[in-house]
Amino acid sequence: MMFLSLLVFSPLLGIVLLMFVRKTDERMIQWLGTAATVPPLILALFAFVQSGRGFRLERLDEARDWVRLTDLPFLTDAAYVIRYELGIDGLSLVFIVLTAVLATLAALASMLVKTEKKGYFLWLLALEIGMLGVFSAANFVWFFLFLEVTLVAMFLLVGKWGGLERERAAYSYLLYNGLGSALLLVVIAVLLARTGTANFALLHEMLHNPAAEGQLIAPLTAEGRRWLLGGLLLAFAVKLPAVPFHRWLIRVHVEAPPPVVMLHAGVLLKIGAYGMIRFGIGLFPDEFRSFAGVLALFGVINVLYGALLALRQRELKRVLAYSSVSHMGVVLIGLGALNEAGIQGAVLQSIAHGLISSLSFLLVGVLAHRMGTTDINRLGGLTKAMPLFSGYLLTAALALLGLPGLAGFVGEFTSFLGLFQTKPALAAVGALGLIFAAVYSLKAVLDITFGRPRDRREAVVGSREPQASAASLGEPQGGVVDLQGKEAVPAFILVALIVAVGVYPQLLAAPLTAVVKTMMNGLGG
Amino acid sequence: MNDVWQSDWSMMAPEWIVLAAAITLLVMDLALPSSRSRRPLAWGAAAAAALAMIATAAMIPAESASILHDTFRLDAFAKAFKLVVLAGGALALLLVAEWAPKEGSPHRGEFAYMMLFALLGAMMMASSGDLLTLFVSLELLSVSSYILAGLRKTAPASNEAALKYVINGGIATAIMLFGMSYVFGLTGTTNLGGIARRLQETNEPYMLALAFLLLLIGVSFKLATVPFHMWAPDVYEGAPVPATAFFAVVSKTAGFVLLLRLLVTIFAAAPAEGRDPSSLLLSMQPVITVLAGLTMIIGSVVALRQRSLKRLLAYSSIAHAGYLLAGFAAMSWAMIDSLWMYLLVYTLMNIGTFAIIAHIVNETGSDDLDGLTGLYRHRPLLAAALGLFLLSLAGIPGTAGFIAKLHIFIGLVVTEPGHYVLAAVMAITTVISYVYYFNLIVQLFFRPTFTAPLGRLPAGLSTAVIFCALGTLAIGWAPGLAYDMLARFGHFGDFLP
Repeated sequence: MMFLSLLVFSPLLGIVLLMFVRKTDERMIQWLGTAATVPPLILALFAFVQSGRGFRLERLDEARDWVRLTDLPFLTDAAYVIRYELGIDGLSLVFIVLTAVLATLAALASMLVKTEKKGYFLWLLALEIGMLGVFSAANFVWFFLFLEVTLVAMFLLVGKWGGLERERAAYSYLLYNGLGSALLLVVIAVLLARTGTANFALLHEMLHNPAAEGQLIAPLTAEGRRWLLGGLLLAFAVKLPAVPFHRWLIRVHVEAPPPVVMLHAGVLLKIGAYGMIRFGIGLFPDEFRSFAGVLALFGVINVLYGALLALRQRELKRVLAYSSVSHMGVVLIGLGALNEAGIQGAVLQSIAHGLISSLSFLLVGVLAHRMGTTDINRLGGLTKAMPLFSGYLLTAALALLGLPGLAGFVGEFTSFLGLFQTKPALAAVGALGLIFAAVYSLKAVLDITFGRPRDRREAVVGSREPQASAASLGEPQGGVVDLQGKEAVPAFILVALIVAVGVYPQLLAAPLTAVVKTMMNGLGG
Repeated sequence: MNDVWQSDWSMMAPEWIVLAAAITLLVMDLALPSSRSRRPLAWGAAAAAALAMIATAAMIPAESASILHDTFRLDAFAKAFKLVVLAGGALALLLVAEWAPKEGSPHRGEFAYMMLFALLGAMMMASSGDLLTLFVSLELLSVSSYILAGLRKTAPASNEAALKYVINGGIATAIMLFGMSYVFGLTGTTNLGGIARRLQETNEPYMLALAFLLLLIGVSFKLATVPFHMWAPDVYEGAPVPATAFFAVVSKTAGFVLLLRLLVTIFAAAPAEGRDPSSLLLSMQPVITVLAGLTMIIGSVVALRQRSLKRLLAYSSIAHAGYLLAGFAAMSWAMIDSLWMYLLVYTLMNIGTFAIIAHIVNETGSDDLDGLTGLYRHRPLLAAALGLFLLSLAGIPGTAGFIAKLHIFIGLVVTEPGHYVLAAVMAITTVISYVYYFNLIVQLFFRPTFTAPLGRLPAGLSTAVIFCALGTLAIGWAPGLAYDMLARFGHFGDFLP
């Protein structure tokens, strides 16, 4: 079976074809770039539907010989063999579907990108390969390899196609995530060196089966394991990001081109959550228990800190950036709860936030393009000129604040439900953040849609004549036009998905149940 | 005397090829009229190095053996490192063939054959089984290198480089020789295997430790590791680019060959003072660990502030020497494996980078990093290749640099207790190195260009770039290629005599 390889590497076809397109043929590049994201989408949805019908995902596992590091006489034949291994379960599948959907939508939204389109799409597709690979890898070395593909692709996408401060944002991204990755690499090296394998399933076996312990090449003490888990959690906390490490996220959210932020906020941040669940709980369940309190505490700090700072921002992108920080806190809260609802909630929250932040940044992209600014002080009364757009923006805000019936509610509710069971006091404090969420998201969006610009001198109200002052900054292209067909399609799809998850969370919860059950068994509760 | 002449001289075939080529080229340079271009000589030298490489590769299946009273050893270690040294030498000679500096000094024949002599020194070093051969081959490499550094006769910087190199190198050699005298004094033999055996019977741990440190200082000069790294940036900057490439790659490889042949062979089983360590080498582990950490930190931090590409790569090569030294400090079973792997990869990615820098220096006459700005716009493939080398130097997965670094990491943590601090330092300095490698990538791809477009890459340089790029990608995606070689070398099981 080559299904997973096909799924992960199918955007490569688009990359190869794009190489042959002339740089100036922008329509062709846009078309081809978008089309290239469709095959993984079809394959991912196919797998999703099939697994819903009872297809066993293990049958998709792939393994191929890759490299053998050494064959010293005292080692077993399997020691230090690193294979090319892909394999998914319900947890990875959910993230793969999210990635594939958002990649296609981001490619559609990329029509607003005008400069050097060819290079842009090449790296966007490379980014997609990296993200799909991260969730499909069944082996630490390949996980890391795909993770670094996303690092390089994002650096170039932010640094070349971003806003004014793009290079700073790109470096910020590179250094924070580079440190996270470096830490992860040390952990991987220790695990690989001591157990002789990088395969997740084998590692799990080696670490937990007392019979296999004798096969360890060098001992892994209990304290050593705690350090390893600490390193893992710290590495993924940078990628999530948890609060002291969040500065890069703000810069990237503000400076990166909006379609890239759709993928960044929608998928890349979730690698942090995925990593904590897959490796933290998956490989070190016993040690994870002792970290749960810290995680929950950091979760609450994230939620409150993000929400409070979001309240004070007058730039829509920054509001959304801090709201991302706040929402990723909910993921930590879910993990810190250490029960079935919590873990389930963390995953649901990841997916929900992926969809919602993508919708928000899709709209931000349109707004920046039309108005030349996303400064809330200078925007107002958009409902008149852009009624459809304003409707979508309001929907995004409602989803963001966790309105029941929309996706955001499901994730937050389940996560907090989990934490209230185990650490009610902490959960009560954290829940305050949800109130702030309502305030900051409504305040920002209502100011833009119904309010008046505060800064009258440089206002860019939604009148049909482009403002003279606006022309000086970034030149809104043409007059103020409402959301058009091509832009409305991805927005509509996202809203539909948000509603679907909100109304029928079982859609996502079903593939997760089995995985979460296994993890709970590991956690012993 | 008889058995000397009846030795199996065919074991030295690669050395003979290089020596014959060097002498032929020397004579041709004398005989040819001065109006004739000396460029073909460099091509000939490169071909000779490639031929020697093939000859070495052909000997891989042969049993390890030694001739000339065990002064010349042909074990797996010798073959493996000779291959790396020859690959680096052949590629550097391609750079020599296309050397066309702006200051207009005519192409010199000695560039080609001096480099061959230096290469011969490095090869002999890999095969040495005796302090004397080791020392003589080291001197052959060093003296030829001093001349190479000063080949831009009209450029003050080049003269400065040569002078600095001579003085520093001379001091290092003297210190090393002093150390060797202690070893000889303690054992009464110059044969490495013999020394190792006799040392087990002696009981002079302090004298021995002194000898070890003196030798380590001498080797550190060659490796350009802290605290004896100061000469490297000046020499690298002043020397002509092909010579810089040679120093960065071949000399560094030779330095590690020296480190392993000399220090490991002699001291691996030597008695040590103190409770725990079973050998002098192991008891010196903390010293080497500290030096490795400092080398990584100083190399990568100082590189942040460089604007000259050659200086930048000099500091980057210091940082890489630190990674290699970390691999050595680990002293795990993976030690020689990981050093070989890293040096092979390091050769490919560095020569590739230097080939492109050579082109820029040829065309613009300067090695300022401004020369890279906007390269992507008129030479996208060249920019992509350089981007690949830089990613590999930074150790990003998908390139050979990652595989090599991963192996060192594994070596660092495989022992119990692991060298976690060193691993952490290596991880952090790697991230620091992202800043300057990615800064070059930013220059290449993001910035608009101000300079005139570069001309096409000449044949020699493009051969080197293509070879290195393919190698970097191949080992990055199919590391089995290189690891199969290691398996064929038996993971250097016969290293200790």
